[in-house]
Amino acid sequence: MTGSLLPLGAPLPGASFTELIRSLDLAPEWSLGPDTPPSGFHPPDATTVLALRYNGGVVMVGDRQATAGYDIAHRHIQKVFAADAYSAVAISGTAGLGVELIRLFQTELEHYEKLEGVRLSLEGKATYLARMVRSQLPMALQGFVVVPLFCGIEPESGTGHVFTFDAIGGRYEERDFGAAGSGSREARAYLRTVYNPGSDRTEAIDHSIAALVAAAGQDLATGGPDLRRGIYPNVVTVTADGVQEVDRTAVAEAAERAMEVVR
Amino acid sequence: MTLPFYVAPEQLVKDRAEYARKGIARGRSIAALEVREGVLLLAENPSRTLTKTSEIYDRIAFAGVGKYNEFESLRVAGIRYADIKGYQYGRRDVTAKSLASAFSQTLGNIFVQGPKPFEVEVLVAEVGRTVAEDRLFKVTYDGTLYDKRGYTAIGGQADELSDRLGEDYQDTLGLDEALTLTANAFREVEGRDIDGWEGALLAREGPARRFRRLTKEELGEIANS
Repeated sequence: MTGSLLPLGAPLPGASFTELIRSLDLAPEWSLGPDTPPSGFHPPDATTVLALRYNGGVVMVGDRQATAGYDIAHRHIQKVFAADAYSAVAISGTAGLGVELIRLFQTELEHYEKLEGVRLSLEGKATYLARMVRSQLPMALQGFVVVPLFCGIEPESGTGHVFTFDAIGGRYEERDFGAAGSGSREARAYLRTVYNPGSDRTEAIDHSIAALVAAAGQDLATGGPDLRRGIYPNVVTVTADGVQEVDRTAVAEAAERAMEVVR
Repeated sequence: MTLPFYVAPEQLVKDRAEYARKGIARGRSIAALEVREGVLLLAENPSRTLTKTSEIYDRIAFAGVGKYNEFESLRVAGIRYADIKGYQYGRRDVTAKSLASAFSQTLGNIFVQGPKPFEVEVLVAEVGRTVAEDRLFKVTYDGTLYDKRGYTAIGGQADELSDRLGEDYQDTLGLDEALTLTANAFREVEGRDIDGWEGALLAREGPARRFRRLTKEELGEIANS
């Protein structure tokens, strides 16, 4: 910013916050030269996150662990966030990049909403997120991959949607559920067997936590519910009433039930 | 080569101020009041889509009168300023005081150096935990910054409206009472029926983003009374 003067005028960069900070040289930069060889450097990775549709909304769950090689880097990391009032976003992959990506994405949505006076459509948000992932491609080729997971509802229709992405910036809408991160194969395999589009909220939360337990059972990097330490997954639901964090006791109970099965 | 005419600075400022004041006098007024539920902004506005009040940040709102394109560009600049600051530092670091000061600098600069002064007055409001912590800043076309307490107004009838509000204002007012009081003040000052209301509230309690527009139902009572 130039002194305390406001950036007046200039219809560009329009309503985009990312373009705005780029035009002011304030955008976060991680880019490396094209010929930089992959290093042996391993920053912490965020692992399994998943989202599934149910009757009346979407539920999104993420474990709390970040790992760097065989090391547990963080036990309490948050991977599931409200993107705005009617959508939620989660990250897997390089945690440091992912967390910043989400902060930028949240600011972007809020900025657009304030400037334009209306929220972006759900599809608009997903498309924008895909573009943000695409801009990370050089980093992905260096081994620092971020793959988000996005879900939300269109307030008018009230139906939930889940979007998955790949490191290239591909965007895919899922009909039933989506998962990302190292344990996502196992989580998807589990969900495939139990998924029921007519589930209510409680059943959907149970299924999603059980899927996380299944992922943790197979994938070393995924931290399932840790009943001993009292560490539980982050769970949010998105319904016509907006994004709601599921409270700790409800998550703890669902985690107990899920762990009971594997005991 | 022609030499530019010499114009005394006093004359220049006087001419520019007169020009800006004329523009603002045509604008309809906006009032702001600190009430129990938060900070109320009430404007006369026949349009349903071209709003004069806006959310800036979590606890901060903006209102502008005068030329639409001019206060709109200030609104956009204010949102950009706040979002950049919040993104670079933290959400709590965005304050009405620094924003109002930036508006003041900008308008002051344009008044002296621009081809013409902006024909606008803007208001920056911030809601606190108690009425005592609320902030109301008014910035005029020449960049003068006023720190107001309790209530204020901008626009064509700003002084009259503000005086009228001052007669009945108390910091223990509730939202409904404040709406009625302000609406009556508008009618008395304008001496006519009011051509549509636009209302917004910066709520004292709630999640991070406190700005919300008042619904038709909430405004309906004063529209008919």
